[in-house]
Amino acid sequence: MPKLKVNDIEVVVEDGLTVLQACEKAGAEIPRFCYHEKLSIAGNCRMCLVEMEKSPKPIASCAMPAAEGMNIKTNTPFVEKARKGVMEFLLANHPLDCPVCDQGGECDLQDQSMFYGVDKSRFKENKRAVPEKHMGPLIKTQMTRCIHCTRCVRFATEVAGVSELGAIGRGEDMQITTYLEQSMQSELSANVIDLCPVGALTSKPYVFEARPWELKKTETVDVMDAVGSNVRVDTYDWEVKRILPIINEDINEEWISDKTRYACDGLLNQRLDKPFIKYNGKFEEASWSEVFKIIKSKFENSSNDKVCGFVGDLTNMETGYIFKEFFDRTLNNNNYDSRSDNRFLDNSERENYIFNSSINGIEDADLIFLIGANPRYEATILNARIRKAFVNNNTKVISLNDVGDLTYPYKNLDGQTQTIKKIFEGSEEISKEIIGASSPMIIIGESLLKLNSAEHLFHLIKNFLKKNNKFTEDWNPLNILSCDAATVGNLDLGILNNEKNLLEELKSNKFEIVFLVGQDNLKFNKKNEFVIYQGSHGDKGAEIADIILPGSAYTEQNGYFTNLEGKIQKAYKASYPPGEAKEDWQIINELAEVMNNRKLFNDIEELKSSMFNYLKLQQKKTNI
Amino acid sequence: MLKDQDRIFKNLYNDMGADVKSAQTRGDWVNTSELIAKGRDWIINEVKDSQLRGRGGAGFPTGLKWSFAPKEVGSRPHYLVINADESEPGTCKDRDILRFEPHKLIEGCLIASYAVQAHACYIYIRGEYFIEGQKLQSAIDEAYEKNLIGKNAAGTGWDLDIYIHYGAGAYICGEETALLESIEGKKGQPRLKPPFPALIGLYGCPTIINNVETIAVVPTILRRGGKWFSSLGREKNTGTKIFCISGNVNNPCNVEEEMNIPLKELIEVHAGGVVGGWENLQAVIPGGSSMPLIPKEKCETLTMDFDSLMAEKSGLGTAGIVVINKDQDIIKCMARIARFYKHESCGQCTPCREGSGWMWRMLERMAKGEATKDEVDMLGDVTNQIAGHTICAFGEGSSWPVQGLLRHFKKEIEERNNLDPIVQKKNNIPYLVDQHLLDKKNA
Repeated sequence: MPKLKVNDIEVVVEDGLTVLQACEKAGAEIPRFCYHEKLSIAGNCRMCLVEMEKSPKPIASCAMPAAEGMNIKTNTPFVEKARKGVMEFLLANHPLDCPVCDQGGECDLQDQSMFYGVDKSRFKENKRAVPEKHMGPLIKTQMTRCIHCTRCVRFATEVAGVSELGAIGRGEDMQITTYLEQSMQSELSANVIDLCPVGALTSKPYVFEARPWELKKTETVDVMDAVGSNVRVDTYDWEVKRILPIINEDINEEWISDKTRYACDGLLNQRLDKPFIKYNGKFEEASWSEVFKIIKSKFENSSNDKVCGFVGDLTNMETGYIFKEFFDRTLNNNNYDSRSDNRFLDNSERENYIFNSSINGIEDADLIFLIGANPRYEATILNARIRKAFVNNNTKVISLNDVGDLTYPYKNLDGQTQTIKKIFEGSEEISKEIIGASSPMIIIGESLLKLNSAEHLFHLIKNFLKKNNKFTEDWNPLNILSCDAATVGNLDLGILNNEKNLLEELKSNKFEIVFLVGQDNLKFNKKNEFVIYQGSHGDKGAEIADIILPGSAYTEQNGYFTNLEGKIQKAYKASYPPGEAKEDWQIINELAEVMNNRKLFNDIEELKSSMFNYLKLQQKKTNI
Repeated sequence: MLKDQDRIFKNLYNDMGADVKSAQTRGDWVNTSELIAKGRDWIINEVKDSQLRGRGGAGFPTGLKWSFAPKEVGSRPHYLVINADESEPGTCKDRDILRFEPHKLIEGCLIASYAVQAHACYIYIRGEYFIEGQKLQSAIDEAYEKNLIGKNAAGTGWDLDIYIHYGAGAYICGEETALLESIEGKKGQPRLKPPFPALIGLYGCPTIINNVETIAVVPTILRRGGKWFSSLGREKNTGTKIFCISGNVNNPCNVEEEMNIPLKELIEVHAGGVVGGWENLQAVIPGGSSMPLIPKEKCETLTMDFDSLMAEKSGLGTAGIVVINKDQDIIKCMARIARFYKHESCGQCTPCREGSGWMWRMLERMAKGEATKDEVDMLGDVTNQIAGHTICAFGEGSSWPVQGLLRHFKKEIEERNNLDPIVQKKNNIPYLVDQHLLDKKNA
């Protein structure tokens, strides 16, 4: 723990920290371009120069390890002069086209030039122009603005694990490029837009859409996968303009996947904005009271056990809960499920359907065994964590199947169910490796749970791990990799039916009324069923519907989501549902009022407290 | 003048042949195993006693550098790397060692490898020295054949393998950490220091990097004793040095001379004098293109060693003496050097990447007389903003020659460039007031 002085303030920092971090601890802000907490140190922008006693030259604080007895000064004329010099060089060949640059308003160069810029340029030569580089449909380049901090290059090689971004040429001819000018083959590629301190890499879909100060910022969570990345939704009027990551060290660190980032353009298209009724195969607009009346009469004309309901994979927990309450209390049956396929699920214990080792736990693991999972596509951010573990700890990764490039090397087996059986009966080499590992992680993908032999295999795996004492107080090796944002939340709420096989009954057309809430993945041949679809988009579910109830998307209502490791997080309302669409819980609540003359809940607060009471009860049942 | 018996590189002009047999008649490889038998500490102490300073430019004491290598070999092996990426304009000493005295270098490698406990030695040769590299390779093959290197090299019990690695001709790869990057197969860009290569160097292992000439003189120092070496030259600037004299002289040459030799003697005696006579001398670059030039007045009495040149705000560098006579346009000369540095900047860090091109463009305009008066001081500002703010010493190397020019030939630049500045500081314009508002009187 070295002790050093920064501007005469004594600070003690942990071993291995840099002078820059020590300065921040002492409250001295250090300007920087190339330095980034999550990336390796490059030390090439030279903006973070500080004065160190006994050193005739200023030192780059980002690269200098803090050492005992250093005396650092950050506020002397010497330092200011050095930084102003560097800033002048950075601005010399920078186009200064801020008025037409998308980065304007959130540009590090702009901000720092307010402190270290000189008001008039002394650079009289022609400015350097750099040809555009094609980086695919997501990243817009304007390489003349590049200040060569190499953050993007370091991100691509270190975090994303693709070596397609690099610098060619040298000296003032150095250019950042994807070499062959292909798009970046990474699902994390757009993070380089956030990393770029200037406007060299900007978002192509968002080009010239809005200025950052015009946008309303709402911090919320993402629903594109089960990881639950923390995001900031920027809206202009009611329109969602862009989605950016926010830092959550336990979940997404600082990154989000491209899917998360660019799914927001779907919020403008194919929206359900009015209730619809299907007459003779054609949808016609209707009013809320009309559709509620029709639904009421349909429910009254059929017996309750001929009604079934399915919840989709993007619905929040409030909606799931009120849906369940609607069936339990208004319809008095339990023909509801959240699964759209015949996957095996034993929800007697919570650990049977969550990612028990936790995302942070990946970095502590010494062996990762993927069974029927492709984390790169199913949970991109989680895959980035596995890569981080591989880079830092050289964690060994085994996959049952060859799932292609995962951005880190792994050993792949033959993909046979027999192999899983052999391994967890203890007769294979890998069995010994699992037994020998102190904190192994078995990651089970949904495709395993869909097998006919899933129940047997699941218990085989769990018993094997139990038998070999892999479950300890602070380590649980069993991990289920859910793919959808609502999966774990719905299971926590008990929205599943293990008594009957609802899907089979649906396929054999035993139901008269099917109520779908955001559920688009059901495969059945519709005959005489009356399908009610509640959702935000004109998706597959809406196609087969007889009545459409327009709901809200995830950015348009407050709601809780439980991510794959069982963390409950709240998504906040950033915008408004379009047209006559309502928030999902309200629709079901009003429907219940129409049917029974009594609302299920008086307001959202009552719904939430009821839901949390239910969750607490369930937790007592399953966890202890 | 250096006596013949004190000459280390007896075959500098290839009078005697470069093969191992002729090398042995000159004293190489004679008692290598005896030298090594005296032990690591003795070798390092002897080198320390000789006060040998690195011949690559910076002049860091060699014995001290060797003692930075970890005393015990840990989990990671040690490496010795020889820097033969001789790219400094005006310098060609290593080339003659590689061609004509390769066995001095190879023997030095063995001794140095033993001293720093390395079993592998990499010689990084610039790509342009292809023939020199081939000659060195054939000398290495010879040495392997005679079991002078390899397993139990020269009967010393020490195993050593020597590998040649060709660079692709980038000047910056002569910087030691960029050189390591290049050997590792990466782009030649200097690393951040600390950590220093003596602890974390090639492939993350402790690495000692020395210049060709430094290593090649070590066997002779050990044979004749550190005391002998330190008796040549003067305190802290000891021994002999190969000077490369080029430019406007009648007889450009490489010559081994004692340190602290007067510059005038080097030029007049060895290089056949300045073209057009001593009076026609304009300036001398004493240590390769990156060192500030020295005007004629000071050349009269100047002695060539590290410290006396430092006192003149220049440096010995690689001892590549470039003589510039009055036929040359000194501003144009420096503009050409600035262009070289602009071309060779690696582009990693800001001041050098942006500043080296700026300096060159300004100097080009100054050479043509197209610059304004205020730009002369501005050029000085730019050099000061580069030097000392960069990752490696390239920042200094590129700005020192320009600083030298400004220090000694400012008058010439000002005479040629007397245009008025575009913006003249006449009245104090208040901050944040637009110029056009002031121009319009009615506004």
